Amino acid sequence: MSDVASDAPVLETYGISKRFGGVHALERVNFTLRAGEVVALAGDNGAGKSTFTKIISGVFQPSEGEIRYRGRRVSFDGPQAARTQGIETIYQDLALADNLDIGGNVFLGRELKTKFLFLPRIDRRRMREEAAKAIAVLDVHLDRLDRPVRALSGGQRQAVAIGRAIHWDARVLIMDEPTAALGVPEQRKVMDLIRSLKTKGIGVIFISHNLADMFAVSDRIVVLRRGVVAGERMVGDADPEEIVRLMVGQ
Amino acid sequence: MASATIDKPARWRGTLGVLASARAWIFLFVLLVVFELWSQIAYGTTFVFSAFNLRSVSVFAVAPVLLGLGQTLVIISGGIDLSVGFTMGLAAVIAAQVANDVGASAGVGVGLVAGIVAALAATLIPGWVNGLLIARLRVPPFIGTLGMYGVARGAAYLFSNGTTVPVNNPWLTFLGNGRILGVPVVVIIALIVVLLVHYLLSETLFGQYTYAIGGNRQATLRAGVNVRRVTILLYMLSALTAGVDGILYTGRFAAGAPQAGEPLLLDSIAAVVIGGASLFGGSGTVMGTIIGALIIAVIQYGLVFLDVEPFWQFIAVGLVIIVSVLVDQSQKRLGGGRQDE
Ligand SMILES: Nc1ncnc2c1ncn2[C@@H]1O[C@H](COP(=O)(O)OP(=O)(O)OP(=O)(O)O)[C@@H](O)[C@H]1O
Ligand SMILES: [Mg+2]
Repeated sequence: MSDVASDAPVLETYGISKRFGGVHALERVNFTLRAGEVVALAGDNGAGKSTFTKIISGVFQPSEGEIRYRGRRVSFDGPQAARTQGIETIYQDLALADNLDIGGNVFLGRELKTKFLFLPRIDRRRMREEAAKAIAVLDVHLDRLDRPVRALSGGQRQAVAIGRAIHWDARVLIMDEPTAALGVPEQRKVMDLIRSLKTKGIGVIFISHNLADMFAVSDRIVVLRRGVVAGERMVGDADPEEIVRLMVGQ
Repeated sequence: MASATIDKPARWRGTLGVLASARAWIFLFVLLVVFELWSQIAYGTTFVFSAFNLRSVSVFAVAPVLLGLGQTLVIISGGIDLSVGFTMGLAAVIAAQVANDVGASAGVGVGLVAGIVAALAATLIPGWVNGLLIARLRVPPFIGTLGMYGVARGAAYLFSNGTTVPVNNPWLTFLGNGRILGVPVVVIIALIVVLLVHYLLSETLFGQYTYAIGGNRQATLRAGVNVRRVTILLYMLSALTAGVDGILYTGRFAAGAPQAGEPLLLDSIAAVVIGGASLFGGSGTVMGTIIGALIIAVIQYGLVFLDVEPFWQFIAVGLVIIVSVLVDQSQKRLGGGRQDE
């Protein structure tokens, strides 16, 4: 599949380290992602996968190291900076405001506006409709769009989080365990979605604990172990056993 | 999962949802019916259908409504503002003193404007400091505003030398006691503030972010919202509504008192809670808070009208708070929302 990916890296990191107090969550991580490439991040619990993605998406600042995005050195001082430059993230914890409806969540921070007479106001109806379209891509439909997402099922909520990330024209999409709560048909839809993003030239970082999924959609697998890159394999050259060995460190 | 049609259970839940939001209205209605019957039976006069009573209750409600508006904003965002009572007192004494001093040399009108501007400007300081403490230094709102409660209290007493400041500005007392077309000026001013806050909360980005922060602060941050700025503005707005309240108090009683808002703090929180907001943040409406404040005002004024020992007011308001939260809980179980596990 790597033939689809162009050669110019869209995202690179050099020597990224992150410490939380005494915890060394990441140690000198070098990483490359090309346009149209899907890279799976593998690693057991606490390996540093989410921390790494949060550094790319501007949630955390790295303790050391540098990020290059589209050839230029960048430092995101917050998630907004990363989002405006085209890096969208589906967080492992979904990051939904439970009291807002689907439109409020998909458009959080980028609300659609309209006018009532001369007064600006939020266009809730259009936000709902657009948001419903975004999750319809995953074949998830809701019978009522005006309810807070608190009332949705786990899979429906995950669909809202995915819909939010894919609604915007991203160059890099980070998906931190995007299918954990989904049913099998919806999981397939997400896999299809990743393939179609790839053909559009979007770089995807895909985190999963499911080896079959990783092998099904990704071009390359990067294995993290206790914050260190333990190995990196092209999907064509690797077998699942080898990835597991890298993850557990044997 | 048909997307176009609404199935029966959904519609049924929808009706219950409406009932849940109507809960405060029903409370108010029942209260008015009880007081009317009581008044008719015990004294042979009407309680509800008297212009004097209606006016009195609405004037009574102004103070808790205004404090409650700021409190609503802050509570929706997941915070609380314990300092509003003495911020109101600070505004009251400053409005009185400045209106007097400036009015003496520059005339009544200029004195009034100066008093209002000075009082409102002064309230922005505790509001801003609250916001900084909570948004930037991550002090828990309960603690930060409790500290400011003390600071504003001391400042108000120091400014007024520990006494009330009598007002000699007739325009200021007109604000507090005058009527336009039979409607008290304080009620008109309160209505204007109500409309502004309602618009802010339900139609603007600022309002949307207030709910979002209360729902999930972390998620709102990650969505790129300037959570700090919104939070600081929320506490400044809360202080500002307290300032308006203080100015109207000074006008109404022709004197600025540092303790003007002391008994109102709990009323303002009660109004928000009776109005259906959760103290954990994420929910609440301006309409709910107004009904909540009206319920409190009807109880307070009604029991005086019916010649009941004033101490019963506390018990009655306390019971309404508890009952309304209980009704809320049970309705959440029935209608719409997600149940506890
Ligand atoms: N905000 C934080 N504060 C302190 N420590 C953190 C924080 N976030 C992560 N860590 C620590 O960093 C390490 C890596 O965590 P991370 O969430 O990146 O793991 P992960 O690979 O995503 O694991 P999982 O598969 O369980 O999601 C862990 O030891 C964790 O305790
Ligand atoms: Mg993780």
